[in-house]
Order: sequence, then C-alpha cells, then structure tokens
Amino acid sequence: MAGETTSSTYYITHHLQNLTFGLHPEHGWSFAHSLEEARQMGFWAIHVDTMGWSIATGLLFLWLFRHLGKTATTGVPSGIQNALEMVFEFCEGIVRTSFHGQSRLIGPLALTLFCWIFFMNALKWLPIDLFPQIFARFGVDYMRIVPTSDPNVTLGLGFAVFGLIIFYSIRNKGLGGFAKEMAFTPFNHWSLVPFNLLLELVVLCVKPISLGLRLFGNIFAGEVIFIMIALLPFWIMWVLDVPWLIFHILIIVLQAFIFAVLSVVYLNAAFEEH
Amino acid sequence: MTINMTLIGQMIAFAIFLWFCMKYVWPPITKALEERQQRIRDGLEEADRARAELSQANEQAEETLRESREEAARILEKARTRANQMIEDARDDARVEGERMIANARSEIDSEVQRAKEELRAQVATLAVQGAERILESSIDEKKHREMVDRLAAEL
Repeated sequence: MAGETTSSTYYITHHLQNLTFGLHPEHGWSFAHSLEEARQMGFWAIHVDTMGWSIATGLLFLWLFRHLGKTATTGVPSGIQNALEMVFEFCEGIVRTSFHGQSRLIGPLALTLFCWIFFMNALKWLPIDLFPQIFARFGVDYMRIVPTSDPNVTLGLGFAVFGLIIFYSIRNKGLGGFAKEMAFTPFNHWSLVPFNLLLELVVLCVKPISLGLRLFGNIFAGEVIFIMIALLPFWIMWVLDVPWLIFHILIIVLQAFIFAVLSVVYLNAAFEEH
Repeated sequence: MTINMTLIGQMIAFAIFLWFCMKYVWPPITKALEERQQRIRDGLEEADRARAELSQANEQAEETLRESREEAARILEKARTRANQMIEDARDDARVEGERMIANARSEIDSEVQRAKEELRAQVATLAVQGAERILESSIDEKKHREMVDRLAAEL
C-alpha cells in the first residue's frame, strides 16, 4: 500500500515537472535531473519544454494565418480557408464590439492571443502519457507539453498585456493624464487622493495577475484531473476520461476567448478618456 | 511550478508573434476580405441595376407591342375601307359602262333604223316609178317625173 502511494505521488510529481535548463549552484548551466535540482536553480532557469511547445504552436498559428493571407482569394472561400476566415472574423467581432478606439494593434492582438492560447490549450487533448513516453525513449526525463499549465506562460502573457495597457495609457492620456486618472477616480476630491491611488493601483495590478492565474488555474486543474484519471485501471478510465475530455472542448475555447476579450477590454479602457 | 526566466522568454515570444501578426498576417487577410466585400457589394449593385434595366426593357417591349398592335389595327381598318371603296368604285364604273353600252346600242339601233328607212325610201321611189311606168306603159318624161316621185318619196 505504501509502495503504491509513493509510486502514485511520483507519477504525479513527475508529470508536473518541467524540463528545466538553468544555472545550478553546483553543476553550472545544465538540465535539472530532479525536482530538487530545478528548485535550486531559482530564477535563472528556463522551462525548455514549455518554451519549445509554446513557440511551436505560435509558429503553427502564424504559418496557418500567413498562408491564409497569401492564398485568400476574393472569390468563394472553401474548406480550411473558410474555417480560418471564421476564426479571423470572430476575433474581428471581439474587437468591434469591445474596442471603440482606433488602433492597428488591437485586431492582431486579439487574433494572436485567441489563436495562440487556443493551440496551447489544445495540446491537452493529446494523451497525457504520449509525449513524456516518446521523449523518455530519447533520454529526456521530463516533458510537459501544455504550455498554459505553466504559470510562467500565462503570467508572461498577462504581464505583456499589462505592459501594453501602461504604454497605451501613457501614450493616449499623457503621463499627467494617466496619473490624474489614477489619483482622482473613483472619488474626485483632493483629500481622497491617497485612497484613490491605492485603489487604482490594486485594480491595475490585479488585471495581469487575474488574466494569468485564471487561465493557469483552469488548464492546470484540468491537467491534474487527467493525471488522476490516468492512475485508474485502464478498463475504467474512459468513464471519467471521456466526459472530462468533452468538457475540455468547452474549457479550451472558452479560456482562450476570455483571455482575448478581457485583454481587448482592458486596452479599450487604456484608450478611452474618462 | 516555479517562476523563472521562462516568464521573460514568453513575453519576448509573445512580442515577436504579435509583431509578426500585425505586420504580415493581419493586413493581407483584412485586405482580401475587404476586396471580397467590395466584390459582393458590386455584384449586388450590378444585379439591382440589371433588374431595373430588365423591367425597363420589358416596359419598352410592351409599349412597342401595343403600338404595333394599334398600327396593325389601323392598317387593317384602312385596307377594309379601301376595299369597300374599290368595290363601290367598280360598281359605279360598271353601271356607267353598262349605261354607256346601252346608249351606244340604242343609238346604233337608231342609226340602223334610219339607214333602213333611207334604203327603203330609195327603193320605194324606184319601185313606185317602175310601178307607174308599168301602169302607164307609156313613156314618160323620166326626168320630169323623177323629180316629182322623189318629192313624193321624201314625203313618205
């Protein structure tokens, strides 16, 4: 019994460990061979699997839509072109309904966020053990293929959007205008400036963190459940696996959609005068 | 599960993807879709115009048809009156001709009668003279009596 518990624990922690390359205090720049080593590397480490899969899906997205842009005919669209155009027009719709300013950035931003996050999430549809097993044969110990179950990815995207919010707020309202907005909303009185500042700073900083943690939480929780299901005997797995997988068709699209829409809404606030 | 350089790497990757999307992906698709919209709009306008033209052409054809129908009716009417006129004329001509022929015949008959009368008159004179000669059996001064008999014949 005790042995089974440790093997289950090992299985779970193994599946939740990224392939980490970083500066180890003793071994220098190297791959981490255990959870302990990865932890010792601290900040100066990079999750190779996360980066690799996220960049691969990003390139897939760019290639698909670049291909669409090149081959898009003005005539009757067909097949894959139709599907991609639907996605494109969906993102354009998000921008049209949620964004009221003029910017060349927002459309591509919505498209990139939605499609990239969708593709990254979609890697969860692949069997949980498939890629770790394949890579294990080539001597790679750890492999997590769903980049959005790594908080580095989701928070990275969140902070990137946060950077854009700050940049466009200052560019459109000026540094003074931005500071004034921070100091005099929601209460337009000089005596309440510190309170307003505190409130607005919290609101501002919560935006990227909520964006990142919402996506991370949904995808990570889903992955953990998949790992738990994978611990069951193989003949009963499908009872839980199939409904959970079908449920994730919704989660994967929905989380990508929420991330894109909220980013557009936040940026709209950065463009609008109050 | 730890926050590390991956976060920064991800931000850089996102920035690059976003830049690429903005520069090379978004504009051609927007352009193609706008061109298609324009084409569809043009096509619909063209169809509207064609429909208007068609109805106009139909009206025109209707108008032409009506006009030609009226024209045909007019021509027919004219022909009918003309035919009637011709029949009437022919009838008149025939009557006039007939009357003329009758008159001719009548005058011929008259002249014929006159001639017969003349001949008869001449023969009567001769016969009378011959008869008288035979009755008298005498020689009569022919010249003298001839004159007398001629006067007699003229009185017939």
